[in-house]
Order: sequence, then structure tokens, then C-alpha cells
Amino acid sequence: MIEVLFYVFAAVALGGALGVVWAKSPVGSLLYMVATLASLACIFVLLEAHFLAAIQVIVYAGAIMVLFLFVIMLLNLGHDYQRDLKGGAFSLLSFVIIGLMAGVLVRQFGENAITEPTAGGRAIDAALAQHGAVGAIAQPLYTTYVVPFEITGVLLLVAIVGALVLAKKGGR
Amino acid sequence: MYNALGVSVQGGQATVETAAQFQPFFPGLIILLPLIGFLINGALALRHAQVSASAVRLGGELDLDEGGHLPATHTLPSYVAPGVMLVAFLIASVNFARMLSVELHDPHVIEYWTWIATGAFTVEAAIQLDQLSILMTMIVTGVGFLIHLFSVGYMRDDAGYARYFSYLNLFIFFMLVLVMGASYPLMFVGWEGVGLCSYLLIGFWFSDREKSDAGKKAFIVNRIGDVGFLIAMFLLFGMFGTLDFVPLFSQAADLEYGSRLVTAVTLFLFLGAAGKSAQIPLYVWLPDAMAGPTPVSALIHAATMVTAGVYLVARSSVLYALSPIASATVAGVGVLTALFAATIALKQNDIKKVLAYSTISQLGYMFVGVGVGAYAAGIFHLMTHAFFKALLFLGAGAVIHSMHHSLHRTNNHQDPQDMRNMGGLRTFMPITWGTMWVATFAISGIWPFAGFFSKDEIIWQTAAFGGAAKAPYPMLYQVYWVIALVAAILTAFYMTRMMVMTFHGASRTGVEEVKHLHESPPVMWIPLIALALFSVVAGWINVPEALRETFIGLGPLTGEWLHHWLEPITEQAHHIQELNLGEVAEQAPFGGGEVAWALVSTTLALVTVLASFQFLRRQNVKVAAEDTELSGLSKVLYNKWYVDEIYDRLIVQPLIKSSRFCWKVIDARVIDGVVNGVGWAARALGFIVSMFQTGTVNMYAFVLTIGALIILGVSVF
Amino acid sequence: MITEALVLSAMIFVLGTFGVLVRRNAIIMFLCIELQLNAVNLAFIAFSRLMGIDGQVFVFFVMTVAAAEAAVGLAIIISVFRHYETVNVDNFKLLRW
Repeated sequence: MIEVLFYVFAAVALGGALGVVWAKSPVGSLLYMVATLASLACIFVLLEAHFLAAIQVIVYAGAIMVLFLFVIMLLNLGHDYQRDLKGGAFSLLSFVIIGLMAGVLVRQFGENAITEPTAGGRAIDAALAQHGAVGAIAQPLYTTYVVPFEITGVLLLVAIVGALVLAKKGGR
Repeated sequence: MYNALGVSVQGGQATVETAAQFQPFFPGLIILLPLIGFLINGALALRHAQVSASAVRLGGELDLDEGGHLPATHTLPSYVAPGVMLVAFLIASVNFARMLSVELHDPHVIEYWTWIATGAFTVEAAIQLDQLSILMTMIVTGVGFLIHLFSVGYMRDDAGYARYFSYLNLFIFFMLVLVMGASYPLMFVGWEGVGLCSYLLIGFWFSDREKSDAGKKAFIVNRIGDVGFLIAMFLLFGMFGTLDFVPLFSQAADLEYGSRLVTAVTLFLFLGAAGKSAQIPLYVWLPDAMAGPTPVSALIHAATMVTAGVYLVARSSVLYALSPIASATVAGVGVLTALFAATIALKQNDIKKVLAYSTISQLGYMFVGVGVGAYAAGIFHLMTHAFFKALLFLGAGAVIHSMHHSLHRTNNHQDPQDMRNMGGLRTFMPITWGTMWVATFAISGIWPFAGFFSKDEIIWQTAAFGGAAKAPYPMLYQVYWVIALVAAILTAFYMTRMMVMTFHGASRTGVEEVKHLHESPPVMWIPLIALALFSVVAGWINVPEALRETFIGLGPLTGEWLHHWLEPITEQAHHIQELNLGEVAEQAPFGGGEVAWALVSTTLALVTVLASFQFLRRQNVKVAAEDTELSGLSKVLYNKWYVDEIYDRLIVQPLIKSSRFCWKVIDARVIDGVVNGVGWAARALGFIVSMFQTGTVNMYAFVLTIGALIILGVSVF
Repeated sequence: MITEALVLSAMIFVLGTFGVLVRRNAIIMFLCIELQLNAVNLAFIAFSRLMGIDGQVFVFFVMTVAAAEAAVGLAIIISVFRHYETVNVDNFKLLRW
């Protein structure tokens, strides 16, 4: 059952990714992106990362994509219906390159097929059972990784200030 | 033990040896003094270079003021240059006397410092005092001193006075290094050095294109010979592991007789000697070298530098004795050159050219001497030739000096060296006339002058060694002997012709000019008299045994002194000859012993001189301006058998053409093309690579992706 | 399932790269970069099934940084747009030789 679900969501994700690259209008690309993000969130759930699935939907699909949309609308690009893919030798070469990359990666990943859960997975299950979905993440986050956590906070602050400054009209 | 100055310093222990211990007397000073003279005169010349340069531009002469005061450049060199020569000669004489008293046998080598030290190959800066080197040193410094004295008078009017004497002293320095060096490389240093000084002195009046070209020709032709010398040195080092004379020659005696290596070495050495001593085919520079001042011709091209080749062969006598092929070649080339040059001298009109070809011819005789194995005889002729040839050149110089003065006074632009413009100079220059006749008798080989004993000995030894019991090429040596006799007759003839045209008969110089002809000042005729004296007596030191019985041996006071003196040098070679050639012949090819042929040759020479004198006096020689064109054999002889032209066609022009090809095609097109091409390729490559810098993010991302792919691939595989 | 997830992640990543390389619109290029980041997130989560909870914590951070980066990046694009009146990257050629 889970397998079937996984393949369905995977197909949607791939379709969405293709749509992002292939779509004519920017808004279209964006909507395809949202679809991809949503299906990825579902896959996260299937992989027992419940908290992150929620975060994905809320933050990524909800906030970041909306931001993109705001910018597209702000710059009045919504009416752009021309295909703006690069043509010619360059895209052909790019296709070849990424094909190679895909081949290498898939070959590498496909080599070790793991079916039964390993030690790490069981640990996650245990943590989930003990603390719940949020607690399983929160536990290491506030203990082992508290420093990166705080730094990330600072990073966000910097990003806010930076975005404000950069996007201001004219000089100061 | 000997310290750097060559003075013996005993370690404090009393030696039980007898007085037979040779103590050299400051031998290093002999070489050092001319060098000091060069430095002093050179410094003076540089300081007054401005004066000299402007005077050279004006034609190489300096007008003296009425009082006849010498300019400042003239006083110091007049004393320094001959002075160092005199002191060097005296020191050499002291060493000679000491050697004589001690009856030195082994060479005495004094090392000063190590010049080359590269593991397998070491060369010390060392001088070798033995019989041969001290003899050569005395000739060089003695005759050199007289020529320096002569030059003081001859070059008085020249602005380059100090420069001249500095070059002359430098030349003597290098010549002394050549004859006193204790190893082949050191000799080569002197060899090259005298070549350099020859170039500097021949092209002394360098503002004249012809003269500087003559200097270049001398140096370049010499260099061709030097290749031979170098190759021989390489071979010798390969054979013996050392190039010092003493160890090399002691090892050489053990070599196989007639081996190919020894033949190769000796032939290459002879190539070098042929270049330096003007034998066929490298003699062409010497007649052109007459462009230099006449005392230079006397010193370099008569007495010293050109004898370096003979010295080389004599020094390497052991090697030549081991190789019959090389010895026969040396003798053959020598005798051929003797004949060849004599024929050319028959028809020359320039007095110096006659003497130049005469020098080449006499050098041929010297090579015959050392070629047949009579090394002492060759050196003997070298010595006597130094005297009478220097005398002839200096006399010619006096004549030219006088002619030049008188032509200059009357603003006549004729050639002062052309004998067709001379004649009857006997009345104006009696001392020169007398001394030059002495030299003419000497060179013709007339008894009892010096040339008779030396030349006659060489001719006799050719027959003797050629007819030896186990001689390798008896027929060949007979031919040599005949040619040598013919050349002697020719020598007598052309020398008499020269004397008659210059000093006898009616004066062709022109009435006005004659008024200014006069004898040279004492500083110029004193050396002439001194050399004339030597030309008379020098032969008496080496009268062969056979002759001493007869009256021409001049009684019991004389003897084969030079032979005995050079015995330690030549004994190894003579030993090898005795072993391999057997007894020398007692009879010449057409019969008759040594005495008989001595009488025959001197009579022939005397008869030739007298007959040609009478014959030529009656000839009507035309003045140069009115002379008619020659034709036939005369023309060929006058044009020196067209050898220079042949060389030009066969060698020089092809060389020039191939050089031009190398320059225009290979250098300009190929090499420059490659170099420029590399630059062009770099720019092209840069241009191609710059196409990646499109400025678009996509391209940068592309390259980034490729890089990531490569890293991925490397880490995976 | 983990293997399949990893393969999927690789495919999405490659598609994202392709998008970066061939799109001319700067904002869509940026979007494709987000796609790449998501693919990486998926890979992390898949590996966390093998290695432990740390993979998921890392995803958390990645998302945060992606958000910050998106904000700043879009701000830059806006200010560039103000100058060039277009977001077509072919026009941003100041670094051309």
C-alpha cells in the first residue's frame, strides 16, 4: 500500500518538476512548484518525518512560494507567455551533462537496495514513540544542535535586514 | 722546492748533491715583464686615445712641430717597451748560462697555480725550462728587442705609437707563454694570444678597409688551423689522460710505431701548425698580412709567430717520430710550400710581398727539417732564419720609411713599397744596402753565412733519412730532396732580383723625390748591424761532424753544438728512429757524401746569385706607372697562382651563400616563425578561452555543473 | 523505499540543474534552485532512515537557510530589475570579456 502511494506521489513530484522547467509562464512554473512541494511533503510523511512534512507545507509551499509570487506580481511578469528556454547547442550540451549526472547518481544510489529498517530508523521510531513527532526533532535540536540553531536565528535576522535594504527604492 | 718566483728555497737541510742543480733565475719575470709593458703602454694609449683617434681619421699620421719634439704619448713607451724586452732577454740569458753550466738534462717545470681542476683533467699554470724553450725564449726576446728598438725610429711619426708598443709587448707576452708553457693547453693559450695580437697589429691602421680586412683574414685562417690543434689535444687527452709535456712524452715512447691514433694526432697538430706557420693550404693570410707596419712583419711574420708551428712539431718530436705517415706529410707539405712560394716570389713587385713569400718558402724548409726527423736542424734553421729574415724585413722597412718620407714631401701618391719605383738606393742608404746583402747571402745559403749551414743540413738530412736502411718511403724523400735543391736555387734568384731592383741600377724614383732620400737614423740601423752580425756567425754554432774535417768546417773551434744542446729534447725521437729506420744513409741519391753536396749547393747558390745579378742589372725595369701588363706564366705567378680567387670561389662564396640562406630562411622565417607562432598561439588560445566568459549566469552554472560532475565521477569511480 | 526515494531525489535534483542552465528568467532560475534544495532535503530524510534523527534536524536547517536565501535573493532580483527593466539574464552581461 505504502509503495503504491509512494509511486503516485513520486510521479506527481516529477511531473511538477518537469513543469517548473518546461512551463511558459512564470506563474505556471510556480504553481507546478507548489505541486511538487506538496507531493514531497507527502513523501516525507511516508518516510516518518511528520514534523518536517508540516514545516515543508507551512514554510516552503506556504511562505516562500508566496514570496515568489509576490515578486512576480510586483515585477509585473505575470503576462510573460513566451518560452524563454535557451536553445541551440548550449541546451543540448546541458542536457547531456545532466543526463550523465543523473546516470552517475542513480547508479550510485541504486546499488545498495535496503528494505528492512536499520538501526537509525529504529531509533527514529523509538524517539517518535517517546516524544511525538515534534519532540523527536526538538530533542536533538535544542541539545546537540543548539549552537547552529541560534546562529540560524541570527542568519534570519541578517536576511531580513538585508532584504529590506536591498529592496528599498532608490538610495537611503 | 721552488717558490712562485722560481727561486730555489731549500728546506734548510744540507743536500749532498753536487753543483749540478739547476737554479732558475726569476723565470716568471721573463713572461711578466712584457705584460707589464703592455699594461703601461696600453694605459698611456687609452689616455691619449682621443688624440690618436682624430689623427687616425686624418690618415694615421701626426704632424710634429718644427722643433721635432715628440708628443707626450711617445716618450714613455720609447723606453718602457724596448726596456722590458732587454731586461727579459738578459734574464733569459742568465737562465741559459746557468743551464749550460749545470748541463741540465731533465726539463725543469715550475708550477705557479692550478688553472683548470676538474677531476680527471687538471692543467697547471706552469712553465717548462728546458733547452728548446730557453733557446726559443732567447730568440724571441733578443730579436724582439732589436725590433722594438727599430720601431722606436720607424713609428715615430705615427699617432698610435703607444698603442703599437702595447700590442707589441702583448704579443711578446703571449709568444713567451707559447714557448715556455709546460703543457699543450698553455701553449694553446699562447697560440691564440699571438693570433689575436697578429690581428691587432696587422690591422693596426684600421681606418683603411683593406688593412683591417687583412687582419681579419689572418685571424680567420689561423682559426681553421686551430681546430686541428684542438682536436689533437682532445685525442691526446684521451690517449694519455694528461696534456703536460713531461708525463705525456715519457708515456708516448711506449706507443706502437705507426699506430693510427698517433698518426691522427700528429696530422691534426700539423693542421694547426700549417695555419699558424703559413703552409699549404693555409698560407694565404701571410702575404696579406704585409698590410701591417713593417717591424710587425719582421717580428711576427718572420721571426716569431710563424715559427710557432715548427716549435710545436719539434716539441712533439716523439709523436712525429712514431708516425712515418705524418712525418712524410709534414716534409712533403713543407717542401711543396717551399717551391710554390718561391715561384710566386719571382714575379712580385712589392718588396714586402717578396719577403712574405720568401718567409713562407723558408718555413717550408723548416718543416722539411722536422718532417724528415732532423728536429735540431729544423730548429737551427728557425734560429738563423729569424736573424736574416728579421734583418731583411727591417731593411725593407728602412727603405720604405725613406721612400715614404720622400714621396710624402713631394706629395707624390705612388706606392712607396713598389720596387719598380726604387732603384739605385745604394748611394742613399749604404748601411741598409750592405746589411741586406749580408742577409741575401745568408738566405741563399752561401758559405760561410748562417743560412748555408742550416739550410744545407736540412737538405742533407732529407737525403740521409730518406735513404736510411729501413726508411718507409725512399723514393718520396728523393723527390723531396730534389725539390728542396730547386727551391734553393729559386731563392737565390728572387732575392738577388729584389736587391737589384731596389738598390742597384738607375734610380727610377723621380728627380724631386730623390733629393729627400736618406739613410735611417741610428736607432734604426743599429739593429740592422746587430742582426747582420748574427747572420754571419750564427751558423757557426752547429757545423756538422762531416764538414768539420774540411776547411768549410771552420776548424776545431766549431762543432755540432746545437745538436748536443737539443739532445735531451730529441733523444727520445732519435731513439725511436734508430729502432725503426735503421742507419741513415751516407750517400745522397745521385752519389756523393755530405761534404760533396754541401760544396755543390753552396756553389750553385753563389753562381745563381752572381749570374742573376749580372743578368738582372741589364734589365730595363719600368716605373710602376708605365709598366705593361704581364701575360702567360708571368701573369699566373704574379697573381699568386690565383689561389685566393680559387678559395673565394670554392669556399668563401658558398659559405656566404649558405650563411645568407641560414639567415634569411632558417633564422628569419623558420625560427622567428616558430617563436612568433608560439606567441600567436598563446593569444589564440586566450581568445578561445575568453569565449567562456559570456557574462551570463547560465554559462557559469554550466561550467559549475561540469566541475561538479567531474568531482562526482572521480569520487565514485 | 529508501532507495526509490534517493533515486527520485537524484532525478529532481538533475531536473533542477537543467532548469538553472536553460531558463532565461532570473526568478524561474531561482525557483529551480529551490527545487534542487528540495531534492536534497528528500535525500537527507531518506538517509535519516538509515543514520538517525540527525538527518531530519539538518533538513530543518536547510529549510531555514533556504527561506533566508530566497528572501535576500529576491530582493537582489528586484533591485536589479529596477536598473535593467527586465529579469532576462541574457541582458546581465557586465562580466563579459
